[in-house]
Amino acid sequence: MSGPGEVLAAGSGAHTVGEGDHVVLKREEVFKAVQVHRGRKIIFEKQWFYLDNVIGQQYGTTFEVSNGGVLQPLKAKTEEVAKETNEAGIDNRNIIDDGKSQKLSRDDIEALKGQGLKGQDIVQHLIENSTTFRDKTGFAQEKYIKKKKKKYEAFITILKPTTRIMAMMYHSREPGKICYLRYDTLAQMLTLGNIHAGSKVIVAETCAGLVLGAVMERLGGFGSVVHLYPGSLPIRAAMENFGFPKSFYNHLYDFPINKLNSLLSGSFSTEKETLQKQTEVVIEEGNGSPLSTYQGDGVPCGEAMMDSIQSGETEAMDVACEETENKGKSADRKSNVDERKSKQEDRLKKLQAAATVLQERNADGLIIASRLYPSPLLLCLLEFVAPSRPFVIYCQYKEPLLMCYSNLRERGGVVNLRLSETWLRGYQVLPNRTHPKLTMSGGGGYVLTGTTVAMERAKFVVNNPEPQRSEEPAAKRQKVEESNS
Amino acid sequence: MSFVEYRDVIQNGDTAIVFLGHDSMFAIKVQQGGATQTKYGAIKHSADLIGKKYGSKVTCSKGGWVYILHPTPELWTVTLPHRTQILYSTDISMIIMMLELKPGSIVCESGTGSGSLSHAIIRTIAPTGRLYTVEFHKQRAEKAEEEFCDHKIDHLVTVKNQDVCKEGFGVVSVADAVFLDIPSPWEAVRYAKSALKMEGGRICSFSPCIEQVQRTCLALTEQDFMDISTFEILLRVYDVRTVSLQLPDLGTGDTNNQDTPGDVKNQSKENSWTDSQQFKSGAPLREMAGHTGYLTFATKYLS
Repeated sequence: MSGPGEVLAAGSGAHTVGEGDHVVLKREEVFKAVQVHRGRKIIFEKQWFYLDNVIGQQYGTTFEVSNGGVLQPLKAKTEEVAKETNEAGIDNRNIIDDGKSQKLSRDDIEALKGQGLKGQDIVQHLIENSTTFRDKTGFAQEKYIKKKKKKYEAFITILKPTTRIMAMMYHSREPGKICYLRYDTLAQMLTLGNIHAGSKVIVAETCAGLVLGAVMERLGGFGSVVHLYPGSLPIRAAMENFGFPKSFYNHLYDFPINKLNSLLSGSFSTEKETLQKQTEVVIEEGNGSPLSTYQGDGVPCGEAMMDSIQSGETEAMDVACEETENKGKSADRKSNVDERKSKQEDRLKKLQAAATVLQERNADGLIIASRLYPSPLLLCLLEFVAPSRPFVIYCQYKEPLLMCYSNLRERGGVVNLRLSETWLRGYQVLPNRTHPKLTMSGGGGYVLTGTTVAMERAKFVVNNPEPQRSEEPAAKRQKVEESNS
Repeated sequence: MSFVEYRDVIQNGDTAIVFLGHDSMFAIKVQQGGATQTKYGAIKHSADLIGKKYGSKVTCSKGGWVYILHPTPELWTVTLPHRTQILYSTDISMIIMMLELKPGSIVCESGTGSGSLSHAIIRTIAPTGRLYTVEFHKQRAEKAEEEFCDHKIDHLVTVKNQDVCKEGFGVVSVADAVFLDIPSPWEAVRYAKSALKMEGGRICSFSPCIEQVQRTCLALTEQDFMDISTFEILLRVYDVRTVSLQLPDLGTGDTNNQDTPGDVKNQSKENSWTDSQQFKSGAPLREMAGHTGYLTFATKYLS
């Protein structure tokens, strides 16, 4: 029994930010994942600053951006501005929008900023120079202050990355990269998949490694994960952003989806891989940009392009980042052939290890969340899962999961199938102003879950279709009756 | 078997889930010489279960068969004996992720109730975390403790029989997360704050009524909790089926203008019914849970 005291002591060293740490910056409800480096300029929410001052501070500290991009730890909480203005109107019958209520001009405000005035002081100036502020109702005044604070006060909090934060961040900033997987849907998947320490989990994902990272967090370094990926290299920038300790990587395996059939048929061997693999990797890196790796995976070029256009600025930045990484690799290749060779051998060793782990066919869980058509992937991967284990398939669309459902029924070896979706509704809770948030996410994708059971391989070919047939027409007939009546 | 560790083979003393069909399962305690009655006949534990693999098909005495499943917190949630209203997996999954639980987390919970959430928390924080759960109803507290023992997770949990609103959680500055599912959570917020670690942590409160949420949010603000956010999560389940809708009979017109493709016509003639079009559908169930409770989350930052 490990007492709480021990755990506390063991973890306490990790509470301060160190150089090279993966952290999350938070401003209001917006997150950004970065790695802490001295002298590296960070742009976040239209502001730039350096993280040098963050090093050595505790996680959870809030900083204010001051001149020259220096972050100053916030000592005491700055209390509400303009609380003394108790004067307030009752309604807005006499408030006229003439566009002249603010006496400070744009230039005046810029000048104030130029003087290095603090955000809260600018807000105070704005309030004092607003002719209508006093006539506004108490609620409207509060709303006005809140809006101005958001614009002029920049408080940034440094947080440790967690699944909650990463999932919320990706969903709001780059949903295209994670197949529009909403965070509550990811939460369902982790729970329904019974992901916990000590399990051996198969994860087939193309969600930038977000799902993989979430699974690794729940394993906590106990157990193992096999990441199945399309193309020739796994993409998992989001997983890297979790900043897991090195030990978590000891039992992280990866295996290419296009080798699954040979693994199932028994024709897979790393000796055969050697030549083929080498040429593939070279081609891959020669292409350079991540867009072309997407194309290599068989996604129509148009869709990949659209994704990157939709997610806009941040996406472009990340792409640029990945590109330099790739360039770095290809430079490596030219300069050091030997190193490449040993890397190649390393990869083959890891590939063989992953194959061995899969071939035991005793995985404790299976999670699929990809932009690939799920049914063939699911039917193939279920072969590697032990009986009486949960599996979860995510898809942005419902229809492919209907196919999975029917195919699973035909195959047998599964029970407890359920196709579902969750709705998430946020609330504004304020005295006398409580109501659902005005906008909500339209859809966070669909999830098909079930439990594996023992397959009667000899029997199922002959026997299984029978109950199936008797089941389906019954439903049909019922439906026809309904539509007739 | 244990709720925090998979085992392949069923052993004496295990809790196992008997799966009879969709929406029809129950939990049993496997005992040497024991027997369980199902609508398909009896299952004899010694002969039919012990030594068999989880996930096996078991033939009952009347010839029908069932599957025996390894217990998970999710299966337990749908089979456990209710002593109170319980939380279901949809809310539970949101709670676990938003409280940022993982192996090693220290969690405080109140009330324990029927232990539905407790099992899910323990599964997530094992093998190095710990759950401190507080239940003011003596009998429920004892029953929960008994179940944790049966499920071989008692080493990860402490059950306290006290009133959380008056006496708190019985621990100070140890928790990474606190969960409240009590009628007046606002009275427990200060204890929640003191139970959380100095460097901070997360809190969640579950309440069915909006008035409770409002009072809780006020209390959270007073206690300097930040990032207060309230959610409601609803599960929609779809019934997957093949539907066929009858094609409208528009009467016979000029045969050259007929739009119906020939093969559809032939196909429907093979059926004894009239012309129809088939498609796969995920139809919503006729009824769904419209409301369980509001989930309010907040963060305590380091002070």
